Amino acid sequence: MARLRIPVTSADHVIGNDDAPVTLVEYGDYQCPYCGAAHPIVKQILARHGNNLRFVFRHFPLVEMHPLAEPAAETAEFADSHEQFWQMHDAIYTNQRSLSIALLIALAANLDLSTIELRDALASHRFLPKIQADFAGGVRSGVNGTPTFFINGVRFDRPLGAAGLPAAIDATLQDRGVATEANPPRNVTVLVQDGLPPDRRPGGQMFQQRRG
Amino acid sequence: MAVILPKGTKAPDFTLPVTPDQSLSLHEFAGRRVILAFYPADWSPVCSDQMSLYNHVLPEFRRHGAELLGISVDGAWCHQAFARDRNLHFALLSDFEPKGAVSRSYGAYRNQDGFSERALFVIDEHGTIVWSYLSPIAVNPGADGILDALETLPPLEKNDGTAKNPSHVG
Repeated sequence: MARLRIPVTSADHVIGNDDAPVTLVEYGDYQCPYCGAAHPIVKQILARHGNNLRFVFRHFPLVEMHPLAEPAAETAEFADSHEQFWQMHDAIYTNQRSLSIALLIALAANLDLSTIELRDALASHRFLPKIQADFAGGVRSGVNGTPTFFINGVRFDRPLGAAGLPAAIDATLQDRGVATEANPPRNVTVLVQDGLPPDRRPGGQMFQQRRG
Repeated sequence: MAVILPKGTKAPDFTLPVTPDQSLSLHEFAGRRVILAFYPADWSPVCSDQMSLYNHVLPEFRRHGAELLGISVDGAWCHQAFARDRNLHFALLSDFEPKGAVSRSYGAYRNQDGFSERALFVIDEHGTIVWSYLSPIAVNPGADGILDALETLPPLEKNDGTAKNPSHVG
């Protein structure tokens, strides 16, 4: 049974409390369609379990297959340096089907981040070492594809993939004696269809303005 | 499930096509470490099949002084198309004629299906199997077991006589 070998630290991207009874770690790739499909499922799980769940995202870009996965991960790290990792993370997955360098720049602009600074960061691969460290740690933990999830440190191996996650999280919480229904959900938007308001979508008014 | 060759066994030598007009033999790797990854078939319908994953872990394998060879019963032309499509940077060998003969010699052939098992072997510089693993056919075994096995090996003497310690590189 594959186990998470790299403990969660303050260097990780974390949603939730350190003392939550369940920690869900995802190794993901921003250009992988299966990761894109898992994104709303994870959002639902977060909304449902509130403070009982801690979620961690680590990078596992399969760059030979997904040439945009690495710049996308670098863009998310760039946003993180301005404390907007999760906003960028959501925006990339929500717009995954139109992923391009131009889209990444536009998403940064929509978060009021400097697009010049982002271009520099992408050109110099300033954030690449952290992404490569995530990847190397994932390999050692038995990450065998994307997305790979670990529930309390144990790799989640189910044929249904991410679709089987909610039930597995419920079961883990029950094992820990946590009554999931009694806990009020955290204030998280459920089933995000699009992370951007209409005027900020690519092609929308704000997008046009910022691009010019 | 098959019984694969265990640790401590001399790795059976073989010569197999690596492209439509070239072949490769295990004994050509004498003095170097080799990872043999037998797998059922090219063209798994997922983004992150076993060979694509290994393609991304190749630098780690090479840091440990090991070369990776993928082996299936697919023909050399099929391997060529698959390797191009997935941008693979390592050799795929074709255990095509007589079909599955090399896979059988490692105990890594599924008679009932007519293709190779998902089996891994780490062979040291003396041609001895130092680790082997048979994965359930539907489960991508990942790379952690291979890296664990490579890390247990002593530092490899390089040609210039200096020893390198892979665990301290990078």
